[in-house]
Amino acid sequence: METRQSNGLDQFCSLLEERPGLAILDLAGASQGTINFVTGLGHRLCFDDFLQHLDSSFAEGDFYENQSDPHRVEEFVRCALDFPDANFDGALVWDTLEYLTPSLLALVMGRLHAMLRPGAVVLALFHAQEQKAPIPSFSYRIQDRKTIAMARRGDRQRAQFFNNRGLEKLFQDFKSVKFFLTRDALREVIVRR
Amino acid sequence: MSFFGKREEPIPPKAVGGPPAAPKPPEPVPVKEAIQMSTLPSRMPEQRFDNANSAVIGKSVVVKGQILSREDLTIEGEVEGTVELHEHRLTVGLNGKVSAGVKARELVVLGSVHGNVDITDKIDIRKDAKLVGDIKTARIVIEDGAFFKGNIDIVRPEPSRQAAPSPAAPKPQATASGSASTATAPAVTAGAGDAKR
Repeated sequence: METRQSNGLDQFCSLLEERPGLAILDLAGASQGTINFVTGLGHRLCFDDFLQHLDSSFAEGDFYENQSDPHRVEEFVRCALDFPDANFDGALVWDTLEYLTPSLLALVMGRLHAMLRPGAVVLALFHAQEQKAPIPSFSYRIQDRKTIAMARRGDRQRAQFFNNRGLEKLFQDFKSVKFFLTRDALREVIVRR
Repeated sequence: MSFFGKREEPIPPKAVGGPPAAPKPPEPVPVKEAIQMSTLPSRMPEQRFDNANSAVIGKSVVVKGQILSREDLTIEGEVEGTVELHEHRLTVGLNGKVSAGVKARELVVLGSVHGNVDITDKIDIRKDAKLVGDIKTARIVIEDGAFFKGNIDIVRPEPSRQAAPSPAAPKPQATASGSASTATAPAVTAGAGDAKR
């Protein structure tokens, strides 16, 4: 299990300390560390394994071509994004958005925006390398306020590369976007709805 | 025939120099401890569990409807409906498939549960188990490799005034609980440590 220090997570946790009883969505799947941390602060936590839903919906055949198949997309949205509107005060999206083709990404961003309450905060990660080679994929967990634990789950190829301008465009419907510089090749982004 | 012409006979060692030994009752063999001790953790890697003291719904049984149990229950078959064991433990075994709302004191999932669960003490979701639904519980342990989708609402149990011992007159713990709760005590303590870390 690898770990990394994260200013983005620290900023996200500032939200958790504002008041108790928040509803937080974690798209990395269930983990004991995140449960302990988030529920220990008195919040409700909702887990969903977004990458597993992606694999089960699109992995048979060409992963990225399948993301434009309307039937598969419909099934994916039904399984992975079936949360009520204005349901969450925070979302841990991690690096999941990088594996979506533009059309599916637009759909997911729309649902994410709808599922969050005004003022909600999102933590997302984006790899900074431009090359298209597969990158290590991880299951992310909160170890403590400033530390992310990362359990390796194979390699994946990204669908898109985002520079700062691309990220601002991606989150254009949100109120604010904040980038955190890191020493490794990972951008941390905090977005407020 | 031996070297000096004597007949070789096996001589029992205790008969030498004494009266012929009366047939003795068999000597007591040193008894090994009845309870096998093990240094392995109580949760075995192959995910065995003790269902000796619980009712069992077997592999080939399908139940549709309401189950209300006043003892621990293990489900290895399929259950659809509702399951209520208010003061007891429900174990969904490796082969168990539960599509039901569950209310219990403790829930251990090794198989699959689809439905909302309301647990007063602890939920233990083991590796390769699957739980889809909203959870309300005091404590939860999720092993790596378990699949969970849904909300987790941790309900802090209110401290019971009766249970809190008075500092002036502490009661011995042994009299506080019955045999059933004693059997599960080590696992509960370990889970509490994990969950409250």
